Amino acid sequence: MSITEILFWFLTVLAIGSALMVIVSKNPVYSVIFLILTFFAISGHYLLLNAQFLFIVNLIVYAGAIMVLFLYVLMLINLNADAEPMKNKWLKIAGTVAGGCFLLVMVAALRTVDTKGITAQVGGGDIGLIETLGKTLFSEYVVPFEVSSVLFLSAMVGAVVLGKK
Amino acid sequence: MQFCLLAITKAFLIEKAVLITIVIAVSLVIAMYSTWAERKVAGFIQDRLGPNRAGWGGLLQPLADGMKLFMKEEIIPNASNKFLFILGPGVAMLTAMMTSAVIPWGNKIEVFGRSIDLQIADINIGILYIFGVVSMGVYGIMIGGWASNNKFSLLAALRGASQMISYELAMGMSIIALLMVTGSLSLKTIVEQQSAGWWNFFYQPLGFLIFMVCAFAECNRTPFDLPEAESELNFGYHQEYSSMKLGFYLFAEYINMFISSTLMATLYFGGYDIPFVNDANLLSSLGPNLTATLQALALFAKIFFFIFFFMWVRWTVPRFRYDQLMNLGWRGMIPLALANMVITAAFMLWRHG
Repeated sequence: MSITEILFWFLTVLAIGSALMVIVSKNPVYSVIFLILTFFAISGHYLLLNAQFLFIVNLIVYAGAIMVLFLYVLMLINLNADAEPMKNKWLKIAGTVAGGCFLLVMVAALRTVDTKGITAQVGGGDIGLIETLGKTLFSEYVVPFEVSSVLFLSAMVGAVVLGKK
Repeated sequence: MQFCLLAITKAFLIEKAVLITIVIAVSLVIAMYSTWAERKVAGFIQDRLGPNRAGWGGLLQPLADGMKLFMKEEIIPNASNKFLFILGPGVAMLTAMMTSAVIPWGNKIEVFGRSIDLQIADINIGILYIFGVVSMGVYGIMIGGWASNNKFSLLAALRGASQMISYELAMGMSIIALLMVTGSLSLKTIVEQQSAGWWNFFYQPLGFLIFMVCAFAECNRTPFDLPEAESELNFGYHQEYSSMKLGFYLFAEYINMFISSTLMATLYFGGYDIPFVNDANLLSSLGPNLTATLQALALFAKIFFFIFFFMWVRWTVPRFRYDQLMNLGWRGMIPLALANMVITAAFMLWRHG
């Protein structure tokens, strides 16, 4: 096995394993930390695909900013086991059914997809490099890009308005 | 699948391993002697002697302190979360050390017929990498403070987290303005541009000021050392820590200070560029190895000045109140950084026609 292959399998096992631990672990703070680990593993995959910009932006935005806020809120909550709100049996069953339905839809959708022709090229391709990505965003996708920035601005204004109340 | 990304030869591996070892050792030694220098500077500013018992001028004091920390009893509080309690200082130390990977310490040197870059990794997203690692640094404080299961530690950790998040924004925006000027994210390219022309400080004085203030806040140094304000929070987020776990937190702070100084020197003050000297001429007259040594010395002179500046500020400026800190961050630094960004963008547009 080449080094890239070893890295690929290591990151894959890490990503899936820590993603499972997010939902399995009892302590919410552990869940958040495993989620951070999952983001790291996925970022590693981006790096293997030569998408350096996505790699670092995923780390800065998700692992560095959003998860800090998650952790921030969780640390202020009383995490004792008896204060756990999810005790309803029916809620658990409903959750399982909904998750199963989602799995069914995903399997059905992905079953017919031709995966042979679109294998990701490891190390090749430069679409994830910062120059290419910048040029693509500001030429081909300039309208959606600007529209999404307006969306962000309105969300920010909305947050300030809510905070002022 | 095609696996052809990492063509790693043995020589390359050894070269990088040696470089990493040297950089880490140097960071640790400088962090160690920063504690000594800090006490000497404090002594000078407060008109007293500072450490002068262990060794000449107290030079062995850091070793004695380190020995003391290692020898102290290791205490893990009963009510704490043991795994996270140990993870906290580890994360703090790890993130502090990781930043040094993309910093260019000098130009190429030639050893055993190989031309070696004095930089661990010249990735084309260098600045963003630093930004990413810095944003990880907050986890060390948060995890440690929460796992201690102590209200003061938790409060200090939350203070630290909100402070770092607030000042990261302004720091990012000051870097964006710098990127508009340089047009590159690679630290090596940025330093080379400054060697050829003016230092970035002259293009971005306001950006440098914002970056510096935010660096102070990110390092939790006075006047922004609210996470460890003794008079309000006993000892801060590391109150429950003892022995080398406490040492890791304190040490990480000094390494952060060293790395911040390095970044300020690299981004705004020419990095390893020797002022008033044409590096190309130097290279032809002195050879690559001597030039690289001189360049590294120039970089370290700049770094030491900034470390001294950190200490100078610490023993001169009193601590901010928490609401003042937040006011400065959100109402002072961010609008200023935004204005700096817009002005820089307008100027760049005007210059390019």
